[in-house]
Amino acid sequence: MSDAAPPRDPPTVAALFWGFLSIGVIGFGGVLPWARRMMVEQRRWLTPAEFTDLLGLCQFLPGPNIVNLSVALGSRFRGIPGAVAAVVGLISLPMVIVMTLGAVYAAYADHPVVAQGAVGLAAAASGLVVATALKIASPLRGKWLGIGVALLVLVAIAVLHLPLVPTMLVLAPASILLHWWLQ
Amino acid sequence: MSDGAGGTALELAGVFGQLSLVSIGGINAVLPELKRQVVERHGWMTAGDFAALYALAQAAPGPNMLVSTLIGWHVAGLAGALAATGALVGPCALLTWLVAGAWHRFRDRPWRLLVQSGLMPVTAGLVVAAAIVLSEATAVSPGHAVLTAIAAVLLTATRLHPLWVLAAGAALGAAGLL
Repeated sequence: MSDAAPPRDPPTVAALFWGFLSIGVIGFGGVLPWARRMMVEQRRWLTPAEFTDLLGLCQFLPGPNIVNLSVALGSRFRGIPGAVAAVVGLISLPMVIVMTLGAVYAAYADHPVVAQGAVGLAAAASGLVVATALKIASPLRGKWLGIGVALLVLVAIAVLHLPLVPTMLVLAPASILLHWWLQ
Repeated sequence: MSDGAGGTALELAGVFGQLSLVSIGGINAVLPELKRQVVERHGWMTAGDFAALYALAQAAPGPNMLVSTLIGWHVAGLAGALAATGALVGPCALLTWLVAGAWHRFRDRPWRLLVQSGLMPVTAGLVVAAAIVLSEATAVSPGHAVLTAIAAVLLTATRLHPLWVLAAGAALGAAGLL
């Protein structure tokens, strides 16, 4: 994880469009892993901590996280044109692809090779999502209070299957209070 | 593909526009409500159709919210696809634009840094939890679970391009080796 580089020149509107286009098109298993790879590791638009901070904000706002992330990043660097370029870049080509795949899949869904291949792809994509989640959590290293809160959230959602919104409404203020108190 | 059930682009925009501003946590958070609207309330498709379209949006490249494109397309063709996707993206994008600007402007304020340090572990916990839930769903056999674990280790410990790992997974699956 050699992704700790200092800030760089802000990307142009065109760079935002092409950057988000590139992750939309290869974003198998969701775009978040590819978004972090592109923004933090390759183009260095954000540091790992900045990315996790911005993602945190976007998770608390309604809407798909990745759409919110593209709007927030695009508008931070280039205002409204940047936000529009990022969103359009993100979803335009995948919209065409998904409709094409819809037509193809409708014709071949019953073919066992296609079905088994899709399930294998999905399992590998889960591995990618796990790896990305660990990288997103990595700024917590050594921060024991943060690790404790993260584990609490993890247990609430993944083990106890509590509903997301009430869980966040309780644990987020609790976490902020704890950090205020103990640091 | 439309079955003539009377779904129009305008009705689609209404359904997805409502969901846009309540979908905290993304499209997956409102999936039960989306299904209720599309299958039960409007009768645009069967529950089986809905599940198939959702799976397809998961497997295809791009954000998972593109299930809105597929549903719109299924119900009312290209106009439906554009109306559903636009209505889902528009309201939440506007809200994010407003809030993210303020969030960035106040980035050096002490309260902002405090909120940030409190939110960070919650974000991390949510993302890891989502990864676990997703992995459980795709682990349809022990072989698939092992594949997920190996992929996670490879992509954490090496700089291998993720597409190679995904292609390998698809190939192993298609060859019946999982």
